[in-house]
Amino acid sequence: MDIFLQQMVNGLTIGSLYALVALGYTMVYGVMRLINFAHGDLVAFSAFVGLSVYGSLFSEGTTSLLAVVSVFLLSALVVAFVGVLLERLAYRPLRTAPRLSAVVSALGAGLVIQNSVMLIWGPNMKIFPTDFFPSTLWSVGGIVITFTQVMILSLSSVLMVGLYFFINQTKIGTAIRAVAIDQDAAKLMGINVNRIVMIIFIIGSALGAVAGLFIGAYYRGITFDMGWMYGLNAFVAAIMGGIGNIPGAMLGGLLLGLFNAMITGYISTQWAETFTFVLLIVILVFRPTGILGEKVAEKV
Amino acid sequence: MHNMLLEVKDLHVNYGAIAAIKGIDLNVARGEVVTILGANGAGKTTTLRTISGLLKAASGSIVFEGRELSKLQAHEIVALGMSHSPEGRRVFSTLSVEENLMMGAYTLKKYDQATLDWIYEILPRLKERRKQLAGTLSGGEQQMLAIGRAIMSKPKLLILDEPSLGLAPVLVKVIFKAIKAIAKSGVTVLLVEQNAKAALKLADRGYVLELGKITHTGSSEELLNSEVIQEAYLGKKK
Repeated sequence: MDIFLQQMVNGLTIGSLYALVALGYTMVYGVMRLINFAHGDLVAFSAFVGLSVYGSLFSEGTTSLLAVVSVFLLSALVVAFVGVLLERLAYRPLRTAPRLSAVVSALGAGLVIQNSVMLIWGPNMKIFPTDFFPSTLWSVGGIVITFTQVMILSLSSVLMVGLYFFINQTKIGTAIRAVAIDQDAAKLMGINVNRIVMIIFIIGSALGAVAGLFIGAYYRGITFDMGWMYGLNAFVAAIMGGIGNIPGAMLGGLLLGLFNAMITGYISTQWAETFTFVLLIVILVFRPTGILGEKVAEKV
Repeated sequence: MHNMLLEVKDLHVNYGAIAAIKGIDLNVARGEVVTILGANGAGKTTTLRTISGLLKAASGSIVFEGRELSKLQAHEIVALGMSHSPEGRRVFSTLSVEENLMMGAYTLKKYDQATLDWIYEILPRLKERRKQLAGTLSGGEQQMLAIGRAIMSKPKLLILDEPSLGLAPVLVKVIFKAIKAIAKSGVTVLLVEQNAKAALKLADRGYVLELGKITHTGSSEELLNSEVIQEAYLGKKK
């Protein structure tokens, strides 16, 4: 029972990270019908930007709330800017091109970002400062929960709830949903579709940036090519939940995190990836549009 | 000419190598209801989509309130006071009726409560269904929503593309009654319709478009009484 509860906590932590990254995939897909394969590499890029911001403003042993907040804000800002640039340079010129061209462009853009990270920060693993978050941990009824985990779980929840309200309750959020349904009709409402796409890339990249920093703080070691693995898992989560569906990405991320943690806890770490794809195949066989699917209005 | 709200001059539109619109002239004065008649494939929808900026003209000019539109994008044109309710209704199916109407008012800082109340008054069915998803409405109700949504931006010119297409006669009546009320309130209307008789009854003037060219124009009365028009569009035999 202890293992189960412990793996629940661990799974929800990883799941929150997957969910944050999956939101970036699903929002871009919802509006542009494009899989942004460079998204995972933006997540890795963020971890390195965060490390450099930390290194140039603060030093190990002097970490403060101010340090952590500024690392998060500056990294999110830089990554969001690169995300917007990515859309301008790699996707916008191909908006009316065949779908395959955009996919190839996305894969290429991912490689460019990944290799830039390698050239700037080098090919070796970098280590996040030990005191980025306090090393406090709590033991509750046999399970251990760290300060970092509490931060990941709480900030991710706040961001996801905030995003849900933004998309469903605000004028811009409604316009994002409108553009996802019918771009021409949205233009006829006076909605600037290019601006909506830009907002999507800002939000998606910033959420990915937060996830990247959490990965650094949680696992400590970061590598230039880690975006591929996290990106792939988050992409799987987005598909499981129903690509294009925002609550679906959140649910898919959490479920995949829990599933991974249970496989790791009861079977072995080596098998986690294999089971991930078995689960994906099973879900797609029974629900081709994912668990929550693309929302389709039905006549009543 | 200063009371001309919309002036289209020598407009050419191509689809790739195919010329769809081959030099048309068309004017709409403030307060008028003008209709464009024509068979399928004549270029009616293409003309409207070019006026509202969804398609780019190959040459010619489109002037709205003295402003050239051909360099502007569709969303900028809406902000100038032109609203286009497209063919096939194109409501946002997974948004509620109310959210669809709010999107109609996207160019305004805040939606106008009086306009919303008025839409609910002339199209009461929308009020009953305001919390429902637009995709769950019947075809007629979706058309009502498409029209209501288009006037939420408080346009000077309302462009309607085939508002009665595929609707039962009883709903066609409701739709035309609403268009009449909108026109009466002072909104200028440019209407494309395959129901030529109903359109000419409502309109002040009409144009007949055939294979990308305007072949006839005149007051609604002239067109209704013209033998050519009667034969081609009103289904009367000599």
